[in-house]
Amino acid sequence: MKEYVMGNGAIALGALKAGVNVVCGYPGTPSSEIIETIAKYPHEGLHLEWSVNEKAALEVAAAAAYSGARALVTMKQVGLNVASDPLMSLAYVGVEGGMVVVSADDPGPISSQTEQDSRRFAEFARIPVFDPASAEEAFEMIQDAFTYSEKYKTPVIFRPTTRVDHGYAAIEAADTYTPKSFEGFKKDPGRFVIFPRLSYKNHGMIEERNVRIGEDLSSYRFNTAEGGPSAKAVLAGGISYMYAKEFLQDHPGVTLIRIATAYPFPESFMLDKLKGVEELLCLEELSPYLEEQVLKLAGRYGITLKVYGKISGHVPAMGENSADSVKNILKDFLGIESLESSGGVSDAPALPARPPVLCAGCPHRASFYAVKKAMEGEKTYYCGDIGCYTLGNAMPLDMVDTCLCMGAGVTMAQGFSHIDKDGKAFAFIGDSTFFASGMTGVVNAVYNEADITVCILDNSTTAMTGHQPHPGTGRNMMGHVIQKVSIPKILEGIGLTKVITVDPLDLKAAVSAVKECAGLKGVKAIIFKSPCIAIEKSSKKCTIGDDCINCKKCIRETGCPALSLSEGRVVIDASMCTGCALCSQVCPVSAVKGGV
Amino acid sequence: MDKDILICGVGGQGTVLASGIIAAAAMAEGNVVHSAETIGMAQRGGPVTSHVRIGDKAFSPLIPLNKADLIIGFEPSEVVRNIGYLSAQGIAVVNTTAVKPVTASLSGSGYDGSEMTAYLKKRGNCIFADATAECESLGSVRFLNILLLGIAAGSGRLGIKKETMMSVIEKRVPEKFREANINAFIKGYDIGSATGQG
Ligand code: SF4
Ligand code: SF4
Repeated sequence: MKEYVMGNGAIALGALKAGVNVVCGYPGTPSSEIIETIAKYPHEGLHLEWSVNEKAALEVAAAAAYSGARALVTMKQVGLNVASDPLMSLAYVGVEGGMVVVSADDPGPISSQTEQDSRRFAEFARIPVFDPASAEEAFEMIQDAFTYSEKYKTPVIFRPTTRVDHGYAAIEAADTYTPKSFEGFKKDPGRFVIFPRLSYKNHGMIEERNVRIGEDLSSYRFNTAEGGPSAKAVLAGGISYMYAKEFLQDHPGVTLIRIATAYPFPESFMLDKLKGVEELLCLEELSPYLEEQVLKLAGRYGITLKVYGKISGHVPAMGENSADSVKNILKDFLGIESLESSGGVSDAPALPARPPVLCAGCPHRASFYAVKKAMEGEKTYYCGDIGCYTLGNAMPLDMVDTCLCMGAGVTMAQGFSHIDKDGKAFAFIGDSTFFASGMTGVVNAVYNEADITVCILDNSTTAMTGHQPHPGTGRNMMGHVIQKVSIPKILEGIGLTKVITVDPLDLKAAVSAVKECAGLKGVKAIIFKSPCIAIEKSSKKCTIGDDCINCKKCIRETGCPALSLSEGRVVIDASMCTGCALCSQVCPVSAVKGGV
Repeated sequence: MDKDILICGVGGQGTVLASGIIAAAAMAEGNVVHSAETIGMAQRGGPVTSHVRIGDKAFSPLIPLNKADLIIGFEPSEVVRNIGYLSAQGIAVVNTTAVKPVTASLSGSGYDGSEMTAYLKKRGNCIFADATAECESLGSVRFLNILLLGIAAGSGRLGIKKETMMSVIEKRVPEKFREANINAFIKGYDIGSATGQG
């Protein structure tokens, strides 16, 4: 039966069809739905987990792959940075069963810190990479990725991009799946224990092998050329191939070359397709990877042709491509006159800006507000982290001074506390991020005598990426109820000066907890505990009474999106309000009624 | 059938369900369908769009500019934001009730959607309805997406049969809201057919 699923669902169904035995990952947009889809098909012989972070995920999977099982690891591109330590070594050791590392890239970036290109990572680690251009392709290609991984006994990277991950298509789904049968781990220290001598030997083997993989991939079904032959040709990879294809269906006669395996580069395929080509336009996102490969090839083989792309300045260096940007670049390249209007809205009235904000009733708003109130007039450092609560940076809260990467808030706050003894340094970290990479930072703080207050925004979920469970939620991806890992007990065990758990929606109690902690030396923690409103739906509402003096303090101080002005008066949108009562605790005349 | 439909609104208005229903209904009538959503950071109070592409000539997951046959707009300024996608012959269904962003409340700007509606009126090719108010009269704004689908279907521009839409809606919405959703769809359908666009 066909299921209408997003590209991530297609990847999941493809992996299931390939008989995957172990699936691990850490949530991150745009990759999270892969594991969520697999969770809908539980079956005997499949182990599925949200790991605490990407490094853990990759290591769990590696052991399975050493044993001959098929393993899938999923993450977003910055997750690959976290997993890079085991990945780089694993590339030397190799695997027995197929192992595919999905690293979802995010051109734009739409919801990421970086515009890094996982194809570069594959080359860096000297392992193959597959680059699907659609959900349908992703379904087929992930199965091929397992086959190649097993054939060459190497982990491989599978690199979709946001538009592929989030684009829907009808994909074949089976009622039941059978995991691969495998022999199990065979002890072989000469193979599985990495030592300098082994790395030296395997390095040589890998370089020699990759030439053979490049040859093999020269006949790979998704490395294709269509149209032409023509003196002006187009080379594309990933979603840009689809954009080019859509435009060129109305402009036949132009060769469209598509490379789905950027590394090891399919040289003989490319050399063959370059015959007679005088000018080549390279369309790809993130980095000019294919463009560089062609330039290298031209130098090595003495081919004369002009190569256009990001390096030559014909394609923007940053941001994502689109059907329209690719169309315009192609028109320039092919010398096609443009007759259409640009689709511009230059005469339109000024549009209201809609920056992403914390949801109405979000407990993070109350937590930030409590710290802000408690610290009024003090010199402070507010170190944020990755999650919904990064949005605490927006006006009027303005409570995020730094945000770098997962877990960095806890450690950066320490840096500020060491160089400025007069300031008060705070770290804000979510519960899932705390387990992923915050805990070790807290140990560092205690060991190195930092003076910081760690604010744990515990909403019992991984909200930003779509509400995945984590060790503190008492439930895992196998559907089992487990003993909750207790954040206060961890903190007590590490030996903090003070650990307070408080309900952020109780403003008075929250403010006094912050004041108490900020006044103490050493490492303190406040656990702001209140569930994410998207998970625990509230039927409570607040309303504004006639005694409202219309001072607008509620809007100005909280910025809650449920509050707005209607005909000059402050009103609460009942469809959004969760009755959190933050605004009523802010109101100077107690005009807000209802709620908690 | 080849058809490009763009659905736009603000995170939380139910655009994703609407695009899912159109896609399922178009497939039920034997079409090849692709669609794409904006999700992630942009979803929280930000502008959201769903692109539904029906037919086998569409390769890009997103509709190119000037190519949409139909825009289903949940909010007037979001229609203006995306109006460049509408083809010369295309039609936009516009809900006239504005969603005021918190930035507008903070700055005290009086955005209420009226200048957007005025602009779209001048531009033409739009079907206007206060779909939010119509929903409130049915008891809840949560059926806004279904009511707007009704208007689009009733206008004849959706290219999908009324019965197909209704059977998909019945399958997609929770049992206890089934009747209310169907009522919303029919109410929208009547508004749409009355525009005489079909
Ligand atoms: S009670 Fe006030 S702050 Fe809380 S959700 Fe409702 S309007 Fe927003
Ligand atoms: S803070 Fe109170 S009095 Fe002031 S506008 Fe808001 S509800 Fe009215």
